[in-house]
Amino acid sequence: MSVTSLDKDFDSLTLTLIADFTAPVERVWRLWADPRQLERWWGPPTYPATMEQHDLTPGGEVAYFMTGPEGDKHHGWWRITSVNPPTSLEFTDGFANPDGTPAADMPTTTVQVLLTETDGGTRMELRSAYDSREQMERMLEMGMAEGLQQAVGQMDALLVD
Amino acid sequence: MVVDESTDETVDRLFHALADATRRNILHRCVRGELSVSRLAEVYPMSFAAVQKHVAVLERAGLVTKQRRGREQLVRTDPEAIVRARQVLDELETAWRGRVNRMAGLLAEDSDPQDNNPTEGRDR
Repeated sequence: MSVTSLDKDFDSLTLTLIADFTAPVERVWRLWADPRQLERWWGPPTYPATMEQHDLTPGGEVAYFMTGPEGDKHHGWWRITSVNPPTSLEFTDGFANPDGTPAADMPTTTVQVLLTETDGGTRMELRSAYDSREQMERMLEMGMAEGLQQAVGQMDALLVD
Repeated sequence: MVVDESTDETVDRLFHALADATRRNILHRCVRGELSVSRLAEVYPMSFAAVQKHVAVLERAGLVTKQRRGREQLVRTDPEAIVRARQVLDELETAWRGRVNRMAGLLAEDSDPQDNNPTEGRDR
């Protein structure tokens, strides 16, 4: 398994994930920096992503859409806040209107990526955080959250300190 | 959609309630059976009033309900409210686990002999 550790902080609404890959830092960076590579992992197989714009520079933007099984298109955007190739990237990820403009009343998350060289390859540390509880709540309202039954099963994990 | 202020406050209360270790422990104890506030107060090295205050925070967040039985107030954890808090971060976890697996899959393709750039991305 590539995921080495995963932590969810309910107070700061942050997911922290560490993954280890057996490839050099430059190669792992290309998964983010090459739009054709990014398209192959950003969306799930049932919602593949198409990158329309991809500018990994400070203030730069990425515009993409994901195509669902019914041909339905879901647009998204990134705004790059910080980038330091090939080791770090920080951006805001949000939903977009069909014309690609950010959807103002939709939830956004802030994503931070840090790549470091290890003996066996590359460690990727990733933080993904909801920018406010209001936005997190919006995710719930939108019905995008799934796995209610699964969550019930995991409840003990939260309650045990 | 328009943001509902009251919903926002509800979520704030929920996360505030969950951010404290004692309160999470109270939730854990009360999910299995029914304990009174006085019984809970015997468990923790703090005053009855302090435990009562924790229970009140949990109650306002909708995480527990209190029911009167005789002279006692029984505290019961409401699992649905906790599920609600977990749901969104679980969804994020599922999304990123999937992405990391696909990333690993792409990196593995580099060493596939059919790939036109087979030397890249291999273990050093």
